[in-house]
Amino acid sequence: MRSKVVLRRLVRNKQARFGFIALILLVVLAYVGPFCGAYDWTDKDFMAFMSAPDADHWWGTTAIGQDMYAVTLRGMQKSIVIGLLVALISTGLAAIVGAFAGYFGGWVDRVLMWGVDLLLVLPSFLIIAIVSPRLREGASWLWFVVLLAAFSWMVTSRVVRSMTLSLREREYVLAAVYMGIPRWKIIFRHIVPNLSSLLIIDATLNVSGAIIGEAALSFFGFGIQPPDVSLGTLIAEGSRNATGYPWLFAFPAGLLVALVLSVNLIGDGLRDALDPGSNS
Amino acid sequence: MSILEVKDLTVTFPGGIEAVRGVSYEVERGEVLGIVGESGSGKSVTSLAVMGLLPKNAAVSGSVKLHGQELLGLREEELVKVRGKAISMIFQDPLSAFTPVYTIGDQIAEAVRVHQKVGKDKAIKRAVELLDLVGIPNPDLRAKAFPHEFSGGMRQRAMIAMAIANDPDLLICDEPTTALDVTIQAQVLEVLKTAQQETGAGIVMITHDLGVIAGMADRVLVMYAGRPVEQAPVDDIYYRPRMPYTMGLLASVPRIDGEEGALVPIEGNPPSPAALPPGCPFAPRCPMKVDMCDEEEPALVPFGGGRHVACIRAHEIEHKGLTGADVFPVPVIPPSEVVNVPRAERATVLELDGMKRHYPLMKGAIMKRRVGTVYAVDGISFDIAEGETLALVGESGCGKTTTLQQIMQLEPPQDGRVVVLGKDSATLDKAARKALRRDLQIVFQDPMAALDPRMPIGDIIAEPLRAHGKKDVAAKVAELLQLVGLAPEHAERYPQQFSGGQRQRIGIARALALEPKLLVLDEPVSALDVSIQAGVINLLEELKNRLGLSYLFVAHDLAVVRHLADRVAVMYLGRIAEIGTVANVYDRPAHPYTQALLSAIPLPDPEMERTRKRILLEGDLPSPANPPSGCRFRTRCPKFARLNEAERQRCVDEEPSVVQQANAVDHGAACHYAEEIEVITASDNQEEE
Repeated sequence: MRSKVVLRRLVRNKQARFGFIALILLVVLAYVGPFCGAYDWTDKDFMAFMSAPDADHWWGTTAIGQDMYAVTLRGMQKSIVIGLLVALISTGLAAIVGAFAGYFGGWVDRVLMWGVDLLLVLPSFLIIAIVSPRLREGASWLWFVVLLAAFSWMVTSRVVRSMTLSLREREYVLAAVYMGIPRWKIIFRHIVPNLSSLLIIDATLNVSGAIIGEAALSFFGFGIQPPDVSLGTLIAEGSRNATGYPWLFAFPAGLLVALVLSVNLIGDGLRDALDPGSNS
Repeated sequence: MSILEVKDLTVTFPGGIEAVRGVSYEVERGEVLGIVGESGSGKSVTSLAVMGLLPKNAAVSGSVKLHGQELLGLREEELVKVRGKAISMIFQDPLSAFTPVYTIGDQIAEAVRVHQKVGKDKAIKRAVELLDLVGIPNPDLRAKAFPHEFSGGMRQRAMIAMAIANDPDLLICDEPTTALDVTIQAQVLEVLKTAQQETGAGIVMITHDLGVIAGMADRVLVMYAGRPVEQAPVDDIYYRPRMPYTMGLLASVPRIDGEEGALVPIEGNPPSPAALPPGCPFAPRCPMKVDMCDEEEPALVPFGGGRHVACIRAHEIEHKGLTGADVFPVPVIPPSEVVNVPRAERATVLELDGMKRHYPLMKGAIMKRRVGTVYAVDGISFDIAEGETLALVGESGCGKTTTLQQIMQLEPPQDGRVVVLGKDSATLDKAARKALRRDLQIVFQDPMAALDPRMPIGDIIAEPLRAHGKKDVAAKVAELLQLVGLAPEHAERYPQQFSGGQRQRIGIARALALEPKLLVLDEPVSALDVSIQAGVINLLEELKNRLGLSYLFVAHDLAVVRHLADRVAVMYLGRIAEIGTVANVYDRPAHPYTQALLSAIPLPDPEMERTRKRILLEGDLPSPANPPSGCRFRTRCPKFARLNEAERQRCVDEEPSVVQQANAVDHGAACHYAEEIEVITASDNQEEE
């Protein structure tokens, strides 16, 4: 019954509707858009370096004559997948580890939190740097997503753990225990939904965090490698010339903002749908 | 001349929420005005408005005059001179009313120095005097203690000391004893009376407890939906109420001296201040409602004899001499069939035998070492027969909740036995434990916390059904909702869309989903308003009779217990002090603690309150980590004080066990010198003839 009620509230929520429409439009733009443009993202137009947007190159060109429209959309394809997947994995991991540690306590708590502390002190950049060259073959970007996610969930899981500590003493959790409901079920049914506000905010922040973080790693030669592009690498490059050649920066940055904004709207809508206190 | 004069006070919060709508009253020197009403009736907001303590976005109009000086609209600097000097306030929660980082003595001294030009040492001296006045032992030492080192009752005393530090003309007490245990409440009310005699101040006493008002107040103001609906001298309110709401309120209170029978609930809920009905705000719940009630809100008009009533049918009530029981329909509760069988022949559903629960007291961060033991429950035994209600009563910290948790966990106890429906919890395996949970369910105290706020109530009620493998739950959920008096269409709503009483009904529906045989009730009505409470108590009684349930009922409210229970066990510091049938324990209590407990309960009957002699207990509950040797009650026992040296030695050396009283069938007390006395005189007809 809960899923039905939440879904109905979500559909009725204006913010969530706008968010979903915007996200779908962005995905359609990323995957269908390249077919509408005149250039492929690998094409180089040697007649137009750094040319401003015009009828031929809709969003201008780069220093080596790449069509910004094609390149940006190509980058966005990668970034949407990376951003959403990293956010999903890292928030999910944070919720599960934090809630189990907090709810079970004792040695489960100690082992899990020891792992969290270990990951927190390990220089994540170094590990990714060491591991990622070995993962060049095959679906390397998937590995990359896993690595990015693996190093971004620890702080949230600590917060989740401390919130779980207070939730597990609530009478409705006790009531579930006295009903004979298994403990892992209690975690997913009573603990996690009551942390949903925190988790949703965390996930939406993680989307933009992953996209930007991916760019920083790309800069050092890990993750998405040239000639392949992502929104992050485009923004990093474009920001250097943002004042002189604004189209190099404005389009990828604008799309990132639109992407994050739509995810935010969906997140807000989902939070309202899950939270019976809001009547919007 | 009156000290405080409030005229047409209205308070409106943003969003057009009229919390207070035209309150007028006067308080004279040495007079106690009681303001009663249910939660949300605007009684606290009224007093905050008088003190000028409301948030800035609240629009306050009308007039508040102290000694003829208008307080509303006064600048903050002017108000500060009045606050704490001429008017003082005592708050409900004594824990949050003190700053934790300063000593009690310093905080009282500060209150003195703010309004009087005295030196620091003199102020401290005055603080010690004040602490002595409110009955704090070793005041010069205790003045140097921090708030967390004080118990709840002591903090409230210190609060009173601080309030009377500057000889105020008016004391506003906002639910001063609601958070305290009955024996402590009796002490604090006594201190409050002393404080009044000492200062000669007028008191405005705000509470929902009709018993406290009966014992303290000279005049009473009854509030409903932000307006006073009746105002009269205390005797008139209690014996001759003329507004149906007051009548209903008085009829719905379970009485410790009352006879058996269904309570009279007031149907429905108080209106939301944002959506008031057009006419009389009580009309939707009033059984005497006529069409005229919906036309216009009746004003509070003089009724003769210093009484004011806001009801168009007040004269009719006066003329016919109607009482609450006449006006409000008394629900009929079908009798139970099980009780016809003698108790000895009925099956035992729960048996506790010498059960113990001790907690280790640890110290140290990394290397934990045991520094002591908390004897939370220290060997208690009782049993519950089929179709019976056993009440476990006692003050906070006596081990009731621990007992209950131990039973609900169905784990082997540290010592002794817990036998539920013939199965010993020590011998249960996982599958058997889960199967047994079907027959053992619980209803929690706080209806707010006991329901997952993120789950629609349909899911909440279906949860136990699904957990025990039922597939088609929708029909059963609808049936359960109807059983507890809610509409099946509400299944998709969230808990917070319901009022407290309704939420408690949902909790009961959830507990009944698996058709248990034994229901554990953990203070099921203590968080509810009286008019709502009566309905839930009736529901519990009806369900018990209809479904043949047995209850283990944990409560601190002895009046509710008397009404609902068949047998009662009084706990003190992890041990049972007295156990027996309700009639035996209440009418002929044998243990000094039970006697004190019963005598401490305020009765909603002014005349009896005035003539009653209280057995006041000294001090607070000792720590369960360090209980006294021998009889645990001896440190506070009024009887112990009257014994001679040889007799006392027995109390110190030998721990008494529960011994059956000689002339009773089912009545045991754990006292070496048990002696039955009558503490509550049976009430005559509470209303006038």
